[in-house]
Amino acid sequence: MTPEDLSRLANKIRRRDLQAVFEAGAGHIGGEMSVIDILTALYFRIMNVEPANPAAPHRDRLVLSKGHTALALYIVLSEKGFIPAEEISTFLQHKSRLNGHPNRVKVPGVETNTGPLGHGLPIGVGMAKAAKLNGENWRTFVITGDGEMQEGSNWEAIMAAAQFNLDNLTLIIDHNRLQQGARLAETNNLAPLAPKLEAFGWAVEEIDGHDMDEICSALSPGTITAGKPKCIVAHTNKGQGISFMSDNVAWHHKVPNEEQYKQAMAELEGALE
Amino acid sequence: MSNPYEGAKLHDCRDAFTSVLEALGSDNTDIVAVCNDSVGSSKLAGFRDKFPERLINVGIAEQNMVGVGAGLANGGKIPFVCAASPFLTGRALEQIKADVAYSEANVKLVGISSGMAYGELGPTHHSIEDFAWIRALPNVPVIAPADRVETAAVIKWAAAYRGGCFLRLSRVGVPDVLPEDHVFELGKANYLREGGDLTIIANGVLTHRSMIAADLLGASGIDARVLNMASVRPIDEAAVVRAANETGAILTCEEHTTFGGLGSAVAEVVVDQAPVPMTRLGVPGIFAHTASANDLLNDFGMSPAAIADSAQALLERKG
Repeated sequence: MTPEDLSRLANKIRRRDLQAVFEAGAGHIGGEMSVIDILTALYFRIMNVEPANPAAPHRDRLVLSKGHTALALYIVLSEKGFIPAEEISTFLQHKSRLNGHPNRVKVPGVETNTGPLGHGLPIGVGMAKAAKLNGENWRTFVITGDGEMQEGSNWEAIMAAAQFNLDNLTLIIDHNRLQQGARLAETNNLAPLAPKLEAFGWAVEEIDGHDMDEICSALSPGTITAGKPKCIVAHTNKGQGISFMSDNVAWHHKVPNEEQYKQAMAELEGALE
Repeated sequence: MSNPYEGAKLHDCRDAFTSVLEALGSDNTDIVAVCNDSVGSSKLAGFRDKFPERLINVGIAEQNMVGVGAGLANGGKIPFVCAASPFLTGRALEQIKADVAYSEANVKLVGISSGMAYGELGPTHHSIEDFAWIRALPNVPVIAPADRVETAAVIKWAAAYRGGCFLRLSRVGVPDVLPEDHVFELGKANYLREGGDLTIIANGVLTHRSMIAADLLGASGIDARVLNMASVRPIDEAAVVRAANETGAILTCEEHTTFGGLGSAVAEVVVDQAPVPMTRLGVPGIFAHTASANDLLNDFGMSPAAIADSAQALLERKG
């Protein structure tokens, strides 16, 4: 898929996400809008996965460490063919397998159950280490939120990944500058993230996390530095694509009312023209 | 009796763990060891020397250690994640819950130096809550072998078992209790001594002490059954119910707080299925004073003589 095709698909995924949050009356819409471009590029341009064989040993792995944005992953997995598209309408419904955080036992394509923050990167280190031990060339991608980088377990994993020379591991930090209750800078100001990762021995690239050309370029295997794990600091906006949500801390898990829903949908549709 | 092992040949169960792990590692290259700078205390030097690339030392970082274990399992490896039990289970409990138990990852959690094995180092280094913590989680069998033989059997079982588990090992020397050809079965108690007056249920380092206590009771004309209950979850409900029905009283002994461990697990079965008088010996819900591992067990009423005394007192409550 070309970057233009990916952007159109990401727009479709945003609209489906918005509709599902509106209908379910819950969700983490702000962080979903910020991560959807990255997820779309991974699944439709970068990653080698087989929807018909989700446990294929040589598949690339994605860990969505910011598991509260599961809905975005579910929609991407449905677009890719891992789960039926019509199942998205069951999101958060009684006994649906699509609950608020992804479950690998129930949902094909999910690699590990996330939800509590700071879990994904250590698991990604283990995955990348397994590939090295096996002499296999599949890649591991982990997506964290920037607020999530306050969890100490991430920094344990950052140390280990560099120590183990895991150049088959890519961490993408969805740097939307907002957490649930406040701006990250007003809580624990982790910015700038890049020099911190560099100081730990990682190769770091900063991109516009909504620019498909930049996303695809940063994720391509050709940009890997031998012997170093890679971190992509993706500068994003929470609520990207919807004017009144964008960069607004109120929209961590707020649900739009009908008027807001219509406006948001109109804005996303307008972006296609 | 300050040392119930006088005259017996004592074995450090860690040696059985590592010798079996090294043997299994020779046959199966998917077996890896993950540790937190605990190569020495987990006795992994031999494994490291034989399979240097398969000894993954993440450093002093237990949360990462368990997560790395889950990721290795996702990549097809069979990780034995080894660390002092208080730090493995306490520091990384949420990783054990989400990454191993809930994600159904094939990770073998090996809690070394569990219970009060670290003795004088104090309660920060005691692991007398781990049965309760891990037993509350689905999908992770909780197993405390009693001796060298059972430790070896449990490690063989764990390597073949498809799923996570928590293996609680000690560093305190214990004599052999189980026969050399013992095969571990998950959820099955071992009948070490038949008897009809009461049943003593124990595991880990308490099994041997319970056997001596049963001998002391025998000298007083009391016929105590002894069950070795390595598998705390799943527990052998049938053996517990049989003990209640056939002996009418149950005494449990464990190197763990009496809140939520083996005694609690047995009591849950007894209350639901066959109510009989019980006494639960263990650490009585306090942080321990300064003492060696064996002295602490004695001080908390788990010398063989004190176990026998508790059994006598329990019999008086039996109808």
